Amino acid sequence: MTALAARVPAGHYRFRHVARMEWIKLRSLRSTWWTLAIAAAGAIGIGVAVGINTRNAAGDLTNNALAGIIPSLLLIGVLGALAVTSEYSSGMIRTTLSAAPRRPMLLAAKAAVFGAVAVTVGEAASFIAFFAGGATLRHGIPAPALTQPGVLRAVLLSGVSFGLIGLIGLGLGATVRHSGAAIGVVVGGVYVLPTIVGQVAHVVGVYMPIIIIGNSLTTTKPQLCPAHADYCPHFVSAWAGLGLLGLYAAAALAVGGCLLARRDA
Amino acid sequence: MIEVRELTKRYGSTLAVDALSFTLRPGAVTGFLGANGSGKSTTMRLIVDLDRPDAGQVRIGGRRFGDLRWPLREVGSQLEAKSFHPGRSARDHLAALAASNAIPRRRVDEVLDLVGLASAAGRRAGKFSLGMAQRLGIAAALLGDPPVLLMDEPVNGLDPAGVHWIRDLLKSLAAQGRVVFVSSHLISEMALMANRLVVIGQGRLLADTTVAEMSAGAPSLEAAFLAMTDASAQYRAGSPARTSSAPASRKEGSS
Repeated sequence: MTALAARVPAGHYRFRHVARMEWIKLRSLRSTWWTLAIAAAGAIGIGVAVGINTRNAAGDLTNNALAGIIPSLLLIGVLGALAVTSEYSSGMIRTTLSAAPRRPMLLAAKAAVFGAVAVTVGEAASFIAFFAGGATLRHGIPAPALTQPGVLRAVLLSGVSFGLIGLIGLGLGATVRHSGAAIGVVVGGVYVLPTIVGQVAHVVGVYMPIIIIGNSLTTTKPQLCPAHADYCPHFVSAWAGLGLLGLYAAAALAVGGCLLARRDA
Repeated sequence: MIEVRELTKRYGSTLAVDALSFTLRPGAVTGFLGANGSGKSTTMRLIVDLDRPDAGQVRIGGRRFGDLRWPLREVGSQLEAKSFHPGRSARDHLAALAASNAIPRRRVDEVLDLVGLASAAGRRAGKFSLGMAQRLGIAAALLGDPPVLLMDEPVNGLDPAGVHWIRDLLKSLAAQGRVVFVSSHLISEMALMANRLVVIGQGRLLADTTVAEMSAGAPSLEAAFLAMTDASAQYRAGSPARTSSAPASRKEGSS
């Protein structure tokens, strides 16, 4: 063994090696591309549909064109969770950890690769949805332009939100490990809960990921309250919302990473 | 060399591995024998750091598995046949693993050839038979050409030709000076394959011996094994220190 052991090359495996493994794993599954394609197509399709049906030129036309982002994020969050949980359901996790036993590094590499892919797809979907939604406006309503105040920021952050929701899903996946349960937590925690909380406690509702994305990140003008509304929510600013979302993603990954490192695989 | 020292693992109230110590040396196929639920798979999982021991330690060439510099180039392991994503092709599965340890890409095709999966390399591994899944697991274990090989029940699902093939393969790998550690509940298979034996019962070491020594004085290796594990079970049943008489079955279900 001494002679054989001496053949092991110098150095050691690093983040970039593990990230390369995770990239090959992600891209070699057809389900990855189907899910991403459906998410992008959904975002664009809804943007177009909203554009066609828009009659109010004074509304937030950018926010309208990005209306399809929110339902698409559901798929991205679930895909992020499955990126971890499918390793457990298939037994792949044993092989992965035999190649890269440093677990926090593994989750970091997974997050970097998945986050980058999700942001790339998110940006493409957001820009296409923005232009397509603008191009299909009728009734003589002019399409919004990226040079108008807040528009470029809204479209860019819309794409970034794909990455952040994806990472929240990934962290929850590492925490829960079971695919069905993780999908439940992502859908329930990111979608259902905000709806309920939004109804019951308006003050907290504005801090929910989906509310932040829909009402802070992707808006270009302050949302107006109807004159007779008995409550008018104060949505956080776009940048504060981005910070909050980043914090949520970091927290989900930190919890998932700690549990991954501590638990039996 | 692999040193297992006072390894102990509990799942709830079940003591799966109980102060287990043994040393694995290069140049021999060491069979790992034990009844179902005796703790073989748990021990394997503890060696490669999938599970964390409650006490004791494992050293591989003096280091913990988690501290290996190039894990796949230092230890090849196959713990269960289906340890891959069903939607990924055999080639992509191995290419991903190769990337993680900077193993040259051509090595993927080499091991696919070696295990006889070259013609199925592009197919989704979820469609593989159990025998093909075993071969893919063996290919993954050999990918880094490691000086240590750990295999949990590698002959499960293989046809007679496949069993013969893996027997010869593991013997030749040991002859090259590697540590080869193979668990099985098939005593006859171990009699043909192994030089040395580590026998456990209820998580404890029953014997660390050679095949020749163990079968001496008994009609067969199987008879010697049954006598040894039977005695162990009777001893256990009478021991009040046992927290549970049920064998540790958490990870042994498939074995």
